[in-house]
Amino acid sequence: MNTSALDPLVLTLVTFTPAIGGFLLLLIPRRDRDIRIFSLIISLLTFGASVHLVARVHRMQSGFQYVIDKPWISTPNIHYHMGVDGISMWLVLLTTFLTPLCVLISWNSIHERVKEFFILLLVLETALIGVFTSLDLFLFYFFWESTLIPMALLIGIYGHGRKVYAAVKFFLYTMVASMFMLAALLWLYAKVGSFDFVTIQNAIRAGQVAGFDTAGQWLFLGFFIAFAVKVPLFPFHTWLPDAHVEAPTAGSVLLAGVLLKMGTYGLLRFNLGLFPEQSRQNAPWVCTLALIGIVYGALVAMVQPNLKKVIAYSSVSHLGFVVLGIFSFTQAGVNGAMFVMLAHGISTGALFMLAGIIYERKHTYEIADMGGLATPMPKYATFFLFVTLASLGLPLLNGFVGEFLVLSGAFQSNPWYGAIGATGVIWSACYLLWMYQRVFFGKVTHPENNSLPDLSGREQLALWPTAVAALVMGVAPLLWINIIDPAVQTALVPFTQAASKVVGQ
Amino acid sequence: MNSVQTIPLAAEYIRILPEIVLTLFGMIIMVLDPLVDEQKSQKTLGAIGLVGAVAALVSTWMMAQSPGLAFSNMIRVDGFSVFFHVLVITIGIVLILTSYEYMAVQKIRAGEYYGLILFGLVGMCLMSSAIELVLIFIALEISSISTYILAGFRRRSATSSESSLKYFLLGSFATAFFLYGVAMMFGATGSTNIDEISAALASNNIPVLAYVAMALMFVGLGFKVAAAPFHIWTPDVYEGAPAPVVGFMSTAPKAAAFAVLLRLLFETNAPGRFWLVWVAAVLSMTMGNVAALVQDNVKRLLAYSSIAHAGYALVAFAAKPELGAPAVMFYTAAYAAMNVGAFAVVSHFANAGEKYVTVSNYAGLGRKSPILAGSLAFFLISLIGIPMTGGFFAKFYVFSASLQSGLVGLTIIGVINSAVGAYYYLKLIVVMYMREAEEDVPLLPVSLTLKAAVAISIAATLYLGVLPNRILGFLQESGKQLVQRQTVAPQVSKSEPSAPSL
Repeated sequence: MNTSALDPLVLTLVTFTPAIGGFLLLLIPRRDRDIRIFSLIISLLTFGASVHLVARVHRMQSGFQYVIDKPWISTPNIHYHMGVDGISMWLVLLTTFLTPLCVLISWNSIHERVKEFFILLLVLETALIGVFTSLDLFLFYFFWESTLIPMALLIGIYGHGRKVYAAVKFFLYTMVASMFMLAALLWLYAKVGSFDFVTIQNAIRAGQVAGFDTAGQWLFLGFFIAFAVKVPLFPFHTWLPDAHVEAPTAGSVLLAGVLLKMGTYGLLRFNLGLFPEQSRQNAPWVCTLALIGIVYGALVAMVQPNLKKVIAYSSVSHLGFVVLGIFSFTQAGVNGAMFVMLAHGISTGALFMLAGIIYERKHTYEIADMGGLATPMPKYATFFLFVTLASLGLPLLNGFVGEFLVLSGAFQSNPWYGAIGATGVIWSACYLLWMYQRVFFGKVTHPENNSLPDLSGREQLALWPTAVAALVMGVAPLLWINIIDPAVQTALVPFTQAASKVVGQ
Repeated sequence: MNSVQTIPLAAEYIRILPEIVLTLFGMIIMVLDPLVDEQKSQKTLGAIGLVGAVAALVSTWMMAQSPGLAFSNMIRVDGFSVFFHVLVITIGIVLILTSYEYMAVQKIRAGEYYGLILFGLVGMCLMSSAIELVLIFIALEISSISTYILAGFRRRSATSSESSLKYFLLGSFATAFFLYGVAMMFGATGSTNIDEISAALASNNIPVLAYVAMALMFVGLGFKVAAAPFHIWTPDVYEGAPAPVVGFMSTAPKAAAFAVLLRLLFETNAPGRFWLVWVAAVLSMTMGNVAALVQDNVKRLLAYSSIAHAGYALVAFAAKPELGAPAVMFYTAAYAAMNVGAFAVVSHFANAGEKYVTVSNYAGLGRKSPILAGSLAFFLISLIGIPMTGGFFAKFYVFSASLQSGLVGLTIIGVINSAVGAYYYLKLIVVMYMREAEEDVPLLPVSLTLKAAVAISIAATLYLGVLPNRILGFLQESGKQLVQRQTVAPQVSKSEPSAPSL
């Protein structure tokens, strides 16, 4: 089937299908079942459309593909400019892959204000995809801010415990941080006269931006703060455990799976893409923060009494790897960082789903209330073990490839980074396996746990795709890396050039 | 220019047609008021007021067809004045729609209410097209006096009377400042016509008196737009005045005052305006936002927010005129759309006697009244400045203009302020959606007119947020016209000393 005519439209389609679905949901009468099925269909359609991106990608081409560029607002000069390369394409796919699973996992756990829940979820999906597909800085900022409201509402309305506190904290942290990015991109617009990513990039590289020498560092920081809070990089991470613990399962899945990647994607695309020189200058302390994040996140995860908090802090640790890989400026490191992003999205997404499943049954995340669950819930325990192993980086599962690449990249840039980072792998094995042991092994410590039902068919349906993806990514990582690599090489051009210049001298 | 024309031409009347229409309908309402049955006066007179406002909107279109000067160079019809006419009259229409239900609920029977709205609109329209300081002063008074009375319309409430009196006393004080400024400007330049002032100020030696005059006029207008440090009246007046009127007061007279400021500061390329505006902008943003953080009363909260928003608009006044003028105009429009809408919802929830106006009264409304609460949430999101809304674009455009003029320090202060501001708007959304009601807040059925008012506001906010292109194009064109009239003056360097070394 020749679908090339679709190429320029497919990104628009992928981006806006969920939002249109969300709008249509408004018109559907409040019958919960219909709403769930409709949302599932919409999210599957979106996933199907996004598969088209991978199916028709030009593998060896390094620039942006499926580009659509239409003027939107003439002054200021804003374009509806979208396109993906090997980096963003997979993040789009990750988003569309996780959303149907989120719908499935929220099937029964959300029973109040169901309609609003799925509307928010679908709108959130559109905003997330838009972040990854935008090539116009204004459009990017537009989608970036648009993720805030639905996510905050998902946490604040459908969460538990101190949900309002968590929602407001999440909102304010990220809102305040992104204001700095807004200031920085307005400055760029004032000097370049365009919000277009490629135009600005070329102007900066050609040295045509007046005052860039002095302002560059500030611009770097403006973007960096917005992204670092989102990642979250130590010490900006304090919103994350609150948001995760109180969020509903689907919220946690998208938060950990995709929202955090907005930050690392931004670092890779914008900080490295627009400010290579400044990135290099700042790399030492950024890498130090990333290393602190890796070790600190792991150590804190180890002592958490709450299942979700363990996973939340493990995210801090894993995302530290991503930042370390990106700021190693090596091909291996950045490829690895990309791979960790995807792997973390899938395995942590699955872990949050599993945590949500136990919460639905026991209404608690406290590890102390569990224990010996392998006996009443064997299927659950199996899935959990599989995902845990994937997350801690067992070879042949998805976590291993990325961390390995990141560490080899880090060794190339500075052996100390690699050495300290490598301890993170050990730590993650410690806290994850210890958590697993406390939850599943031994005798059933609480008699009421004996009657816990095992996984239902729907829950298995939500978990199988993640397990399969984790395995395939671990066995055949080249399927992913082959598409990622050309884009990463392009992103690293200023660094390799500078390096060869140094060698040449 | 000096040939005095004694008999005005027909075209000149067309150039003030909206004002004539509004006055006529206002008079009709005043005359009919004692004749109509008191029970029915609300509806009848309100309908007449609505028809009058719509007729004024149509006549604005006619006015727009014949741009030019009128009445011995006292009036100028151009894109700029047409824009403010449309804006102010539309706000008036939404106010009338909102008031319909409100007045019935509050059991206020007073037909002259609608007459006063129309008279207020006359003054505001005139402010935007007048280019003669004395006429501007008269227009300012027409508009102010109507709003003073409107503020006191909840007659049974002491706070409303307090509000009216406070507004009146402080307002008169402020207009006196403006009048002093006019007198001194006359002393300095020998004219009260903005075009002639502009020519006189273009020379290299500007008399000190002109600086003083500008500062005094700025004080007077600063009061009207509720810019700090002339904002002290705002919270009390907004708290006491009827909620729909507050929505009106915080947008229409402000827009008109901003129009005058634009003419005064940009068309004359006013000397020494930079620091005046800079200080007022920073103070308004900061004091407005910080004070709003601790408010419990929704009307007070929105009052402080309106001070902060005046500050954002003032940021654009510090920018280069050709960039600043369209940014200010867009800001007034976007702010009007979202704020009038927000107050329409607030006036509905307030219920009889405006009993339910504290933040905690809004708990659980997201569930009990999903559509209105959703609308209010949307307006608040726009006030925060989240994409898809007019509020976002307005802020974006203002900050973009100020950065393009090299005002890095001011922009950063503004950006930090809008981050602070997010908190208190968010607080209200959180209360509506994430708290359960503690006491039982009765909800009234939503009338059709209120729905229409909210729908218009939402449509306008969305339109400005998603498809601002056409309006922006128009504003840039009219802003350019405005600035081109500046007689070319030696460019004052406006670099900002406090800016960090960016």
